[in-house]
Amino acid sequence: MSILINKDTRLVVQGITGRDGAFHARKMKAYGTHIVAGVSPGKGGQVIDDVPIFDSVAEAREATGANASVIFVPAPFAADAVLEASFAGIELVVIITEGVPVQDMIRIMPVIRQNGTRLIGPNCPGLITPEESLIGILPGNIFKKGAVGLMSRSGTLTYEVVNMLTEAGLGQTTCVGIGGDPVAGLYYQELLEMFENDPETQGVVLIGEIGGDAEEQAARFIREKMTKPVVAFIAGQTAPPGKRMGHAGAIISSGSGTAAEKIRAFGEAGVPVAKEPSEIPGLIKQKLGW
Amino acid sequence: MKIHEYQARDLFKVYGIPVPDGFLCYSVADVREKVPDDNQLRVVKAQVHAGGRGKAGGVKLASSKAEAIEKAGLILGMDIKGYRVGKVLVANAVDIAREFYVGLINDRNSKTITLMASAEGGVEIEEVARVSPEKIIKMPINPVTGLMDWQARSVALKLLGDIKHARIVADILQKLYKLYIDTDSSLAEINPLVLTPGDEIWAIDGKMNFDDNALYRQPKVLAMREVTDDEQKEIDAHEKGLSYIKLDGSIGCMVNGAGLAMATMDMIKLYGGEPANFLDIGGSSNPQKVIDAMNILLSDKNVKAVMINIFGGITRCDDVARGLLTALDQIKTDIPIVVRLSGTNAKEGLELLKATGLPTVSTMSEAAQKAIALSKM
Repeated sequence: MSILINKDTRLVVQGITGRDGAFHARKMKAYGTHIVAGVSPGKGGQVIDDVPIFDSVAEAREATGANASVIFVPAPFAADAVLEASFAGIELVVIITEGVPVQDMIRIMPVIRQNGTRLIGPNCPGLITPEESLIGILPGNIFKKGAVGLMSRSGTLTYEVVNMLTEAGLGQTTCVGIGGDPVAGLYYQELLEMFENDPETQGVVLIGEIGGDAEEQAARFIREKMTKPVVAFIAGQTAPPGKRMGHAGAIISSGSGTAAEKIRAFGEAGVPVAKEPSEIPGLIKQKLGW
Repeated sequence: MKIHEYQARDLFKVYGIPVPDGFLCYSVADVREKVPDDNQLRVVKAQVHAGGRGKAGGVKLASSKAEAIEKAGLILGMDIKGYRVGKVLVANAVDIAREFYVGLINDRNSKTITLMASAEGGVEIEEVARVSPEKIIKMPINPVTGLMDWQARSVALKLLGDIKHARIVADILQKLYKLYIDTDSSLAEINPLVLTPGDEIWAIDGKMNFDDNALYRQPKVLAMREVTDDEQKEIDAHEKGLSYIKLDGSIGCMVNGAGLAMATMDMIKLYGGEPANFLDIGGSSNPQKVIDAMNILLSDKNVKAVMINIFGGITRCDDVARGLLTALDQIKTDIPIVVRLSGTNAKEGLELLKATGLPTVSTMSEAAQKAIALSKM
């Protein structure tokens, strides 16, 4: 088992004829992801790398039974692409694109909620269920099938941690990059709940960042609802207040969202917080009694 | 992106939010020339991108022109949290019967715009939020319907207690919301919003931030951008595909990915060093990017050692190493450089770099310790 995606996931790539879309579609396919369609308005009817291209997501879904979508279209058009997928009945939409205007995301949230669409991103690396399906731009080779679930607000830091987990013999059920933007789709709480309900997942790694209070909320959820062990890491513990560190989310504002507050909240929930990434595999093993 | 109070006031005026008359002055001579010689009570306010300017002495009352000149002289050239005051706003003071805080913000929890209001306005609003959060009214706005009249009215009614005054404030809330949406704002505050004994309403102070992601479609907002030298470096870096923020330490760092870059800074601090910067070079092995990044790092004279921390994911470490070799060939420097490569093809990458004689390591903690040691030599 796993969460969100597995070997039966049928993926449509929106923006498959763009530079990034084409490159990563090839990578995902090589990993074994079932890419059943691409969408690029005006290029319907073509076939690229054995993938049929459609003018709209609705056509693609009807012809191929796609149930997940990944979006590589440029930022000004990304929100529109999400709605197109949502109204076509796609269940899971992943936005890789960075730089999407925040008010665009705000505007589409009530609509996708109403449609019941699950959204991940924007500005995220995607997600992977190792050895089954990879959606996004994650480097597949460092992941290994196993029993640890992982969620993270950052990209390369996630790879760093996954690599350490894999080298320590700790494979993963599903790893989700939720993205660093202030307004985003699925967040810690929803994912923690999914991991809690996934029989294969035995422990969870949460990689947070300074800014906002999502980690504090996650800590509350863990304290009240989780039975499985969780280990955390917070990046940006030494970042100066008010500075934007590449991620819009990583802003310390008015006394909330500091690393110290997050670490305290996790402590109260019985979640050990690693001082440096290399401590994570050891902490997880300790928690699992391995 | 941030703007100054006087710029927020200009936007307020365009949207029909009343602001007291004021003059923007760049020098004492400017105050002498622009401010009329009368007995109007005025406030002289530093225009800087830093909070807490009142407490820092950047806001002073003046009961005459002579006093305005004197106070402006004291404030101009001041240093407020590292920002030098280059201009002041000299604005009419108004009689205050009641004052409020009102604000709009992109709220990550409710995933929409939230209207906030409090009857306890003024400089202590953050303290109010911390100590008695129940005194802040919060109203999430459905972006599909926008701020509805009943919402604005009910918030204003809670704030004021009587419908006559509530209508006046509700009207201001609607105007602020329209401004917020039109400009892709991420924060818009009026603090304080003031009612006078004669029922006039005034926005005494305003603050607005804008979503950087939306600046491409907000040319008028972008035209208001004012940058310090350090910020200019950050903007130049951004144009080269790099994300750079200058800090005050001595260990320069070059990292791929924002989260990893932050973790690298944390690591440097953990082992007793101080990072000189945040620098995310993104996910490519393009030698030009490395050269650009090195040039930015080395232009900071505080940098005593450089730590390069790359995790090879889709970008393979051997490609990164080749990029580094090309870059280092072009940059001649005596500053010690520590390279840490990990991930895809790390071994091959490190092998390639051995020829340069650079210290290479495979873990982040080793790299941080090594860079700190070298910076002290």
